[in-house]
Amino acid sequence: MTDLTDLGIAAIRDGVAAGTFSAREVADSFIASVEKGRPLNAWLVETPEHAIAAAEAADRARTQGELLPLSGVPLGIKDLFATKGVETTAASGILKGFKPEYESTITSKLFGAGAGMLGKLNMDQFAMGSSNETSAFGNVISPWRRNDGGNAALAPGGSSGGSSTAVAARMAPGVTGTDTGGSIRQPAAFTGISGIKPTYGRCSRWGVVAFASSLDQAGPMARDVRDCAIMLEAMSGFDPKDATSLDIAVPQWEKALSGDLKGKKVGVPKEYRVDGMPAEIEALWQQGIQFLKDAGAEIVEVSLPHTKYALPTYYIIAPAEASSNLARYDGVRYGLRDLPDGANLQEMYAATRADGFGAEVKRRIMIGTYVLSAGFYDAYYTKAQKVRALIARDFDQAWEKCDLLLTPTAPSAAFALGEKSADPIAMYLNDVFTVPSSLAGLPAMSVPAGLDAQGLPLGLQIIGKALDEQGVLNASLAIEERAGFTARPGRWW
Amino acid sequence: MSSYRIQGGTGEWEVVIGLEVHAQVTSESKLFSGAATAFGAEPNTQVSLIDAAMPGMLPVPNKECIRQAVRTGMAINAQINKWSRFDRKNYFYADLPQGYQISQLYHPLVGEGSIEIEPEGAEPKVIGIERIHVEQDAGKLMHDQHPTRSYVDLNRSGVALMEIVSRPDMRSPAEAGAYVKKLRSILRYVGSCDGNMEQGSMRADVNVSVRKPGDAFGTRTETKNVNSIRFVMAAIEYEARRQVDLIEDGGTVVQETRLFDPDKGVTRSMRSKEDAHDYRYFPDPDLLPLELDDAFLEEARASLPELPDAKRKRYEEVLGISAYNADVLTADVETARWFEAMLAEGAQAKAASNWVMSELFGALNRLGKSISESPVSPKQAAELVGLVQDGTLSGSLAKQVFEVMLETGQDAGVIVEERGLKQTSDTGAIEAEIAKVMEANPDKVAEYRGGKDKLFGFFVGQTMRAMAGKANPAVVNDLLKKALDA
Repeated sequence: MTDLTDLGIAAIRDGVAAGTFSAREVADSFIASVEKGRPLNAWLVETPEHAIAAAEAADRARTQGELLPLSGVPLGIKDLFATKGVETTAASGILKGFKPEYESTITSKLFGAGAGMLGKLNMDQFAMGSSNETSAFGNVISPWRRNDGGNAALAPGGSSGGSSTAVAARMAPGVTGTDTGGSIRQPAAFTGISGIKPTYGRCSRWGVVAFASSLDQAGPMARDVRDCAIMLEAMSGFDPKDATSLDIAVPQWEKALSGDLKGKKVGVPKEYRVDGMPAEIEALWQQGIQFLKDAGAEIVEVSLPHTKYALPTYYIIAPAEASSNLARYDGVRYGLRDLPDGANLQEMYAATRADGFGAEVKRRIMIGTYVLSAGFYDAYYTKAQKVRALIARDFDQAWEKCDLLLTPTAPSAAFALGEKSADPIAMYLNDVFTVPSSLAGLPAMSVPAGLDAQGLPLGLQIIGKALDEQGVLNASLAIEERAGFTARPGRWW
Repeated sequence: MSSYRIQGGTGEWEVVIGLEVHAQVTSESKLFSGAATAFGAEPNTQVSLIDAAMPGMLPVPNKECIRQAVRTGMAINAQINKWSRFDRKNYFYADLPQGYQISQLYHPLVGEGSIEIEPEGAEPKVIGIERIHVEQDAGKLMHDQHPTRSYVDLNRSGVALMEIVSRPDMRSPAEAGAYVKKLRSILRYVGSCDGNMEQGSMRADVNVSVRKPGDAFGTRTETKNVNSIRFVMAAIEYEARRQVDLIEDGGTVVQETRLFDPDKGVTRSMRSKEDAHDYRYFPDPDLLPLELDDAFLEEARASLPELPDAKRKRYEEVLGISAYNADVLTADVETARWFEAMLAEGAQAKAASNWVMSELFGALNRLGKSISESPVSPKQAAELVGLVQDGTLSGSLAKQVFEVMLETGQDAGVIVEERGLKQTSDTGAIEAEIAKVMEANPDKVAEYRGGKDKLFGFFVGQTMRAMAGKANPAVVNDLLKKALDA
């Protein structure tokens, strides 16, 4: 019998429905894999009891013919999602020990669809980071290794690095991620898996610890495009508790999956050919163009002239919102409280926040506070909002020429842990291809498309029009079908 | 009209006043959460996850609060902005769980409007209103529960407030008092705020500066959270005097926030402009801009009641009520409602207005009750006034009946019947009593007939007494005149 942990979401769903194996067997296999994978530090909390309960419910439901869309599928949940009664920290010391009395809309929907939870996944603290090194609970180690025999520990990407590792290391068939400037797509690319950030407003933000509200969007990460489509269907939908949630029906994405791109025009934005981009990335991009042509698409060159301003714009808007969103962690009501002897309120705030937040979080709070300050607001925040509108307009103009865009997901393969952590700018540059679509609120997906010379996965990104997740999924599927990406990390842990 | 002037050593000074009134919006639930808003509940019993700013919680605008603010704007003839936006005002305090207050700095819901005031003994004056914006209230710190710790009550956290910002158009404490009174009257008519200043559901930030008449505006101070009309006036009086004395002593007024101490009647410095917070306002990214459609606005407008100015005009011009009575009866929506309920029960307007102004107010005053607590209903009152109108009761009998009504709650008709208080116009009975009175007082009759007209009252009194007060006074007068002049 095949190892059940090699199965993806669709295969588990179908196998449980067919009675090929029980949901309980699936849960047990993944629970064992989670335990074995502890050296990777992908999980902050393990919740085998939750996964088992859901599996048993699935097995009962099967006998009664009442299977749900995700019955029998155990998932990993990024620690940014509030889970009722299960510690939720956003990988920050300031929320250590915090057990919400509420369930996020997304996890409610997933559990309501029959899924179980294997545990909570490590991440960059408050989703701020691209390597998972900002977690207060130690970095995640990617299951991948270079083929140079050096055994350097590699970054799993970030901020959803625990999520990417859990899928790549076969500890979960699917996981939730969140993406503010690339936090689903870049780690997916780094670990050879698929991940989609839907249109802003598709997935409710209620119960998701906020980083930058106008950018934060949840999405699935899984083995392949179909699995992402299945999960995204379960996660999406209008939520009256989120004022930015879109009140529109959720399409049946899985049903309409098709790698046939006849009649589709795919744009290749020339501004994404950045200085110093490795030749391998350029070659992968060309390969991707060929895949899409083979699938019937017409390729057109397009221009997104304000692309170069996207990163600076993002690093004004996201920290500005974060500086305000994170003000609630003040030691008064929950989480860490550091109250030195004789301290007054201001001193309690200072001690608590100095202690509870990591360096990167503090850096962004300070940047955000600065750009919103009197005298600087117009020069930074107001201007950034204007540029954001121009970036969105770039995309609108591109849509006059094409239906989708193809770009690399990240400018490099996974780097080694510690390699960029001392240089925030180098780290921020990792998001250069993912940030523009975040600023425009567009759906975008990373799909594995090849390996670099060191044997590490590389991803391609498909960006679509607002609400055209179907187009994004289909083009990604066309790449997936042709890339034949079967590489997986050897189990060294 | 004499202008309000402060006498200084260097001559007369003029005070310039602007008010920012915070009015708690009447609604079942808070501005961005479903939590209840009742006053006086046990601490922290009306707090949702959103009000406590738990991680991942999001605000969703409460349509009813927006509607109430829009209706208020319409009631002051203000421009309603169909597109407005919420901004975050960032600062740290233990009563502010989010670390920011959701407010509207850049694009308020309601723009320019005005209200007309009539300070006692002065000409009417129009006071400009710059804007009304909607924002969240903060919680409350309690410092008296523990020797070294402070407690936080979040019941008020997130409750909707309207901040109603006037132009610096007021020039005396009386004008400011009249403005707050009128504003409160309008809010109560509209039903958008209960206006209870003592419960804190309405409070004012008072901006005061002084200048020599005709000069440019001086530097202003802002006295925060003044919670009664009397205190608003006292704070202005004190603050204007303080500023004049300060300037005349060679000092300068600093722009600062001050607090009013009601016990001492003085204002004290709280913080100067230099230590003012940098609130880092920016658009709240959790909320989309607020866009109002025509149907919403039409419904809001249609739901507005007749407002005090219009009502007063109608009372005077259509109902023929005196200007003074109309003013008093319309100032408070409860009074107007009570009065109109009487009219609906058939009472004649002028008689009813006089009765409410003298009899009802007198009784309520004595009992220490508000009109909504009146032991006599408008329907009962209408019956009583009707009995006077149709001659069943004299004025003094009506007073007696009303006293019994207050005590027993019985209807006027029942009391008249049971106690035989009906006034009589039976000329035979009255003539018989008159004859007896004249017989018993021959000397007085002679004096009267000799020209001492004043004695007429004596005969009326004697006759009425003999009739146990139930004789129709007009008939008594008539018959007495005939008998005495015969």
